[in-house]
Amino acid sequence: MLDNKKLTELKLTAANVRKHILTGTHAAASGHPGGSLSIADVITLLYFEVMNTSPETAKSPDRDRFVLSKGHCAPALYGVLAERGYFPKEDIATLRRTGSYLQGHPDMKAIPGVDMSSGSLGQGISAANGMALAGKIDKRDFRVYTILGDGELEEGQVWEAAMYASHYKLDNLTAFVDFNGLQIDGDIEKVMSPLPIDKKFEAFGWNVIVCDAHDFNALLDAINQAKETKGKPTMIILKSVKGKGVSFMENNPSWHGSAPNDEQYAQAIAEIDAEIERIKEGA
Amino acid sequence: MQKSATREAYGLALAEFGEKYDIIVLDADLSKSTKTDTFLKKFPERFFNTGIAEGNMMSTAAGIASCGKIVFASSFAMFAAGRAFEQIRNSICYPNLNVKIGATHAGISVGEDGATHQCLEDIGIMRTIPNMVIINPADKAESILAVEAAIKHDGPVYLRFGRLAVPEIFDRDTYKFEIGKGVELIEGTDVTIIATGLLVPEAMTAADKLKEEGISARVINMATIKPIDREIIEKAARETGAIVTAEEHNVIGGLGSAVAEVLCEVAPVPMLRIGTQDVFGQSGKPAELFEVYGLTAENIVAKAKEVIRLKNK
Repeated sequence: MLDNKKLTELKLTAANVRKHILTGTHAAASGHPGGSLSIADVITLLYFEVMNTSPETAKSPDRDRFVLSKGHCAPALYGVLAERGYFPKEDIATLRRTGSYLQGHPDMKAIPGVDMSSGSLGQGISAANGMALAGKIDKRDFRVYTILGDGELEEGQVWEAAMYASHYKLDNLTAFVDFNGLQIDGDIEKVMSPLPIDKKFEAFGWNVIVCDAHDFNALLDAINQAKETKGKPTMIILKSVKGKGVSFMENNPSWHGSAPNDEQYAQAIAEIDAEIERIKEGA
Repeated sequence: MQKSATREAYGLALAEFGEKYDIIVLDADLSKSTKTDTFLKKFPERFFNTGIAEGNMMSTAAGIASCGKIVFASSFAMFAAGRAFEQIRNSICYPNLNVKIGATHAGISVGEDGATHQCLEDIGIMRTIPNMVIINPADKAESILAVEAAIKHDGPVYLRFGRLAVPEIFDRDTYKFEIGKGVELIEGTDVTIIATGLLVPEAMTAADKLKEEGISARVINMATIKPIDREIIEKAARETGAIVTAEEHNVIGGLGSAVAEVLCEVAPVPMLRIGTQDVFGQSGKPAELFEVYGLTAENIVAKAKEVIRLKNK
């Protein structure tokens, strides 16, 4: 359990990450706010509570690693890396600009703190497998975390990787699927249903946990259970809300890949600022 | 002359250099054919079968390499360069990771398996990806030296090997292999034959035949297709004024294209390209297929004479 002070800090950080997501996509007039907002809480928890990594140890062979398999949600990753001090927060406004290091999708060569380039769906989970395997080969006890989209599960490579991770007993790998139920073309069940997600991963030999994506204590419990599970990888299915935290973006697939205009941006920031005040009052 | 397949040399090289270098080898259920099983027998703890899942293999290789390791990922050229193109591009080449792709069974010499397995496009596909180095060794010694050069090179390398036993033309102890350097095997002044892979011995035979007819043909072995050796091509163009390229690949996108690009930019001279002429292959004995598609010393002789006529026009 997180104590109240820590919980408040995490909530405030996640709110700031949400503001970075909005600022970056608004400044770029493009990008993927919906799915970025749905993973803002889990990614904040990973970098501020769970993972053994920091700007100072960003190249250490023993650090924990993170792969954003759903790479289009880079604004969430960049937001949390900026909050964590990997690069200046002001740079978020250069997202997707010509000449900026903050590429539209994560670029490990250019962006401090990014462990793997990603963006082409299905490939990140395989790369996370490779890292987990390298850890086993070298007998290092780092852990590897990766986040997939629920629509991403439609990629065949995800299931090649799912088979691989359990075959090689990669219990140092924890994967998440951001189960917000929406992809670009609409409801995942209408476009191409990947359901049931839990039964599929269980059948592929994974330990599966279902969890509320926006409850820090539940997330931490699930991550700790994954750490204690030996002999198989863990998939944490995040029951999430796409666009979480911005009323008009929530559960609306049109915010998958479009940025807020000036007016929408102002409203979204005002909503999150109000939430920040509520968090502070509740603390 | 002793013969052996370059894929055999690949397996031997991995097993040999596994002693000296901390390499990891992946294969997609073809280890007995790609010959990575030679490495597996010696270093089972550093070999990982990915099953028949080439896309996953390439991205996994990238993940392992991101942890500071040198990884060889092996399959047939068709499934490495073909099926896994996008994983090679995005997971390996974009982040410039240290993955070496051991692509065997390249070209028409796969023989009886037919068109689905005869990869004649891989050089073209791989050549368009930034950061990629492409090596197509001609024989056993060159293959072994190329594997070590690939290990020492920091970044992705595509190594192209064949299924068929081919003449052992080089001596490992004296042959100098360097990435990006063509090697002049035979001196000549009337025409230059630039060959790669199993067309190299054919080019040497062709030069001998041309000599009997009083034609002085230079032969260059171009093992590295990318980065292409611009200097040796320009020099050959200026000194001989006519070029023939010879490769076991579609003339679109392969060695012929790479040479043509250099010639057009710096030293345009008549050139002709030997290779498959934008057609799929078919089942058959390799030697018979070489006849059908013109991948022979006889055809090199004919094209050399033709290009000299073009030069003298």
